[in-house]
Amino acid sequence: MTIHQTAERPTFELDTRLISAVAGAPPPGTGAGALRATLTFAWRVLLKIRHVPEQLLDATLFPILFTLMFTYVFGGAMIGSPEAYLRYALPGILAQTVVFMTMYTAVTLNTDIERGAFDRFRSQPIWRPAPLVGALLGDMLRYSVASAFVFGISTLIGYRASGGLGGVAGAIALLLVFCFALSWLWLIVGLTVRTPAAVMGASTVILFPLTFVSSAFAPPETMPAWVREFVTLNPVTRLVDAGRGLLDGVPDAGDIALVLTLSGIMTVLFAPIALRLYNRRT
Amino acid sequence: MSHETWAIETRGLVKVFGANRAVDGVDLAVPAGCVYSVLGPNGAGKTTMIRMIATLIRPDGGTARVLGHDVADEAAQVRARLALTGQFASLDEDLTGLENLTLLARLRGHRGKAARKRAIDLLEAFDLSAAARREVKTYSGGMRRRLDIAGSLVVRPDLLMLDEPTTGLDPRSRGQVWESVRALVGVGTTVLLTTQYLEEADQLADRIAVVDHGRVIAEGTSGRLKALVGAGALRVRVADSADRPEVARLLAAMLGAAPVLEPDPVALSLRADEPAAVARSLAAITERGLGIAEYALAQPSLDEVFLALTGKPADGPAPGHEEAST
Ligand SMILES: Nc1ncnc2c1ncn2[C@@H]1O[C@H](COP(=O)(O)OP(=O)(O)O)[C@@H](O)[C@H]1O
Ligand SMILES: [Mg+2]
Repeated sequence: MTIHQTAERPTFELDTRLISAVAGAPPPGTGAGALRATLTFAWRVLLKIRHVPEQLLDATLFPILFTLMFTYVFGGAMIGSPEAYLRYALPGILAQTVVFMTMYTAVTLNTDIERGAFDRFRSQPIWRPAPLVGALLGDMLRYSVASAFVFGISTLIGYRASGGLGGVAGAIALLLVFCFALSWLWLIVGLTVRTPAAVMGASTVILFPLTFVSSAFAPPETMPAWVREFVTLNPVTRLVDAGRGLLDGVPDAGDIALVLTLSGIMTVLFAPIALRLYNRRT
Repeated sequence: MSHETWAIETRGLVKVFGANRAVDGVDLAVPAGCVYSVLGPNGAGKTTMIRMIATLIRPDGGTARVLGHDVADEAAQVRARLALTGQFASLDEDLTGLENLTLLARLRGHRGKAARKRAIDLLEAFDLSAAARREVKTYSGGMRRRLDIAGSLVVRPDLLMLDEPTTGLDPRSRGQVWESVRALVGVGTTVLLTTQYLEEADQLADRIAVVDHGRVIAEGTSGRLKALVGAGALRVRVADSADRPEVARLLAAMLGAAPVLEPDPVALSLRADEPAAVARSLAAITERGLGIAEYALAQPSLDEVFLALTGKPADGPAPGHEEAST
């Protein structure tokens, strides 16, 4: 005959390490300052790149594929020689590569929400936008790596920027500013769409026309009037034209100012919406 | 007039999702320095309640104060004083345990090396040192849970909220979670934990609120709750199934409760509040030569609590004590 007595309290030896670690913890403070908190989230992006290097695959593989593909497939037909086409298309290839990468901002954010990391961050006593701004800053590094790859490959197959290193740096900087601004839109998508897969779908639908129906790969003069209309209005056209000017050593102050203004407008427009959604999420 | 004697004080708290009143007018008063348990089945509104208190979602009605600070108007102060370990792991799977904790330590204001040191100390305390440099996706359920709780302790919060901290854990991991809760109370932190297990609430909590369909249906000390519900059930297995009717008849007469004949032909159970009476009745039965193979005096399950309090069983799926998986 066996006898259970399940109502008794199990006696757990209270672990002294546990007690001292808990008791030794500092009392609650006010949390990290805005800058430190933001940098901490940027650091998280770097850690993720280290642990999931596949993340960088799209930042490295796509530029290589795009550059080679566009140059050798379209190059001869479009402007006579692959070299001449590369000169025309490089700003577009660069913009498309990096602008496409911005959608991963939405995917990452959405994954965080799904997995609960997001709730943890939102319950911390920190500057509210820190998780979002920090993630965007970290993404800038990914964009820079991708840009470096585009230029590396292009240089290997014979590209030389007449604008020199300054022109290259300027074009990349302008692109980063634009992508930072555009990323706020992705934050809105990431906060509203239900699953990471749906985020990818929605993003692709927006990005394909935005990058292809622009002056990135073909001169607008060759297009029918109604397409040209859209191309002229498309912010990516502005970005590509400004970058082309910088790379060719003939920077156009008007184009650059326009891209900066557009970026400013996108930030002012999208950032408050993204932050509002972030704060109010139920 | 913020009286800090209440760690949490809610009045008429309401949260509505569409037509579903997930939290439907909850008044809670959690004294500072105690362990308070919110007990209820799946879908009772526990998580929604906790998320409102942690400033993650806004109440649709009523108020909630944490250590005197209103969750709507003084959210920053509330966040500074509380830590929340949610129902589902909030860790970054791609990062190591050490990186996860260092990140949280930095956010809570530890700088540079101090953040890393705090993370290392916590990993040690929660028995995770060996796995510190492994990515969290390789952790078992119990390890994740412990890391997740450690993430709330990078500073010593005044209020720690744990949402179903042991659901799905194996008994050993559950013991470790209980142990950390007791250690925390020892240093003056108030702990609010939700659970589906009466046993857990009884083990840890000074006071228990039973919730169902977004409402508090009973509140009080564990002792008071048991007086309402009954201490538990006596389960008996007879040696020979032919003896079962006679044993059932005798127990019913001696304990004054209706016996339940279980599908297993040698098993029966009945309400039993007094261990002494149980011992006497079992002795009397054995003296008559009826063989008892096994007996256990167990705490009532959540279902039995609900049966006693509402007259119907809890309608969520039965809480599983299944082994944690990765
Ligand atoms: N974000 C949400 N949207 C819609 N309904 C929700 C949401 N969160 C919870 N609910 C509903 O509210 C009720 C209470 O849920 P919850 O608070 O998670 O209960 P518990 O934590 O006690 O299991 C459930 O009916 C659930 O389906
Ligand atoms: Mg829940």
